Amino acid sequence: MMRPELTSDIPEWNAGNLPPDTCCRAGILADLNAGWRTVRPVVDAERCKGCYKCYLHCPDGTIGMDSGKASVDYNFCKGCGICARICPFDCITMEAEE
Amino acid sequence: MSGPNARTITGDEYFYGHKACAGCGGALAVRIALKVLGKNAVAVLPAGCMSAVGFNFPNLCFANNAIISTFAGTASMMTGIEAGLKARGLSDYTVVGFAGDGGTADIGLQALSGCIDRNDDVIYICYDNEAYMNTGTQKSSLTPFGASTTTTPAGSVVRGNIREKKNLLEIVAAHGIPYAATASIGYLDDYMMKVKKASLIKGTKFIHVLAPCPTGWGAQTDMTVELAKKAVDTGLWRLAEYENGEFRLNRDITDPDGIRGYLRSQKRFAHLTDEDISHIVESRDARWGRSLP
Ligand SMILES: Cc1ncc(C[n+]2csc(CCOP(=O)(O)OP(=O)(O)O)c2C)c(N)n1
Ligand code: SF4
Ligand code: SF4
Ligand code: SF4
Ligand SMILES: [Mg+2]
Repeated sequence: MMRPELTSDIPEWNAGNLPPDTCCRAGILADLNAGWRTVRPVVDAERCKGCYKCYLHCPDGTIGMDSGKASVDYNFCKGCGICARICPFDCITMEAEE
Repeated sequence: MSGPNARTITGDEYFYGHKACAGCGGALAVRIALKVLGKNAVAVLPAGCMSAVGFNFPNLCFANNAIISTFAGTASMMTGIEAGLKARGLSDYTVVGFAGDGGTADIGLQALSGCIDRNDDVIYICYDNEAYMNTGTQKSSLTPFGASTTTTPAGSVVRGNIREKKNLLEIVAAHGIPYAATASIGYLDDYMMKVKKASLIKGTKFIHVLAPCPTGWGAQTDMTVELAKKAVDTGLWRLAEYENGEFRLNRDITDPDGIRGYLRSQKRFAHLTDEDISHIVESRDARWGRSLP
């Protein structure tokens, strides 16, 4: 499974070394989306049935099913709450960010 | 055909870290289509929200090949890319376009029509958020009746958009296209089946997917999928296919009385009177009353 991460080797762009054309390597992530959240989805892993519904419906693709249970990539989750609303077993709760 | 499902599509993510608003339906439509098509999909995105949120230098949130086209030129750029890949001797690829409702039903319609006429081997996906969202919610020809937008503001005399939503499926089908379908992000299994099916058919394919926009519709961010489902259940949006010269309806109305609730949960319809809502119900009934051509 390939889940893009924050890219560590982004060149320091300045007026002198901008790319010569408008082509770039695919999948460059220069900053996180975590700061967008006011609430975060918290999965009750004990109760998660691994039904894949939250994973499928997340607009940001930030739910992984690696262990057969839902887990959230908090670097890029925006806290929209779609996953919590769609879980048929109510095992995701939206909690206020500190 | 039995389509792909959450477990059979790739776990890889090709549209990730993008800057779409929280709960964006368009982003879900793009993400899921790319997961069905896989890494060899070459995506074309015209000016619109999905290019604006996917390409923010130096971010490039598509992990597959993707390019921005002119606003009007999604389909013509797809034609060029398909010709180029073929000329290079490649065969294992899918050229897919993701254009908005404005980019498709208004300014991009001519390029789309030409593409279908040439029967170029591409999949054109129109993600429909029912207005020009990237520039601040102006009315398009796919904005539904009654919706308040910045160019059809609700006032005391005119209560939002006075025009009905254009019937894009029938316009596209009138070209004699090999495959065309409508879909909704509220029914992802159906959408995935249609994207998969389109990828197996030669020639031009068109999918028109309803993709709510919490920002422009004035809805809660967690309601996106539910609204897309409600639009189908109430019959305001139809799931249908056009194939081998025939239309097929994929789903019937299951919640005929849910229209009021659907409209009331969105700020763009907040000003509608009971009379306006009756009008929306009547035009829904008229659309369903006539059989598909
Ligand atoms: C020729 C041209 N006219 C106008 C614009 C400005 N523009 C950029 S995005 C956009 C709105 C696109 O609306 P839509 O196609 O529905 O996509 P959405 O933003 O809703 O996803 C407009 C008007 C442009 N980029 N090019
Ligand atoms: S809150 Fe939204 S962005 Fe975050 S994991 Fe759930 S569905 Fe995805
Ligand atoms: S929807 Fe609920 S039960 Fe299903 S995988 Fe997600 S958290 Fe687990
Ligand atoms: S304005 Fe609407 S369509 Fe555009 S990114 Fe935000 S939610 Fe998505
Ligand atoms: Mg739009």
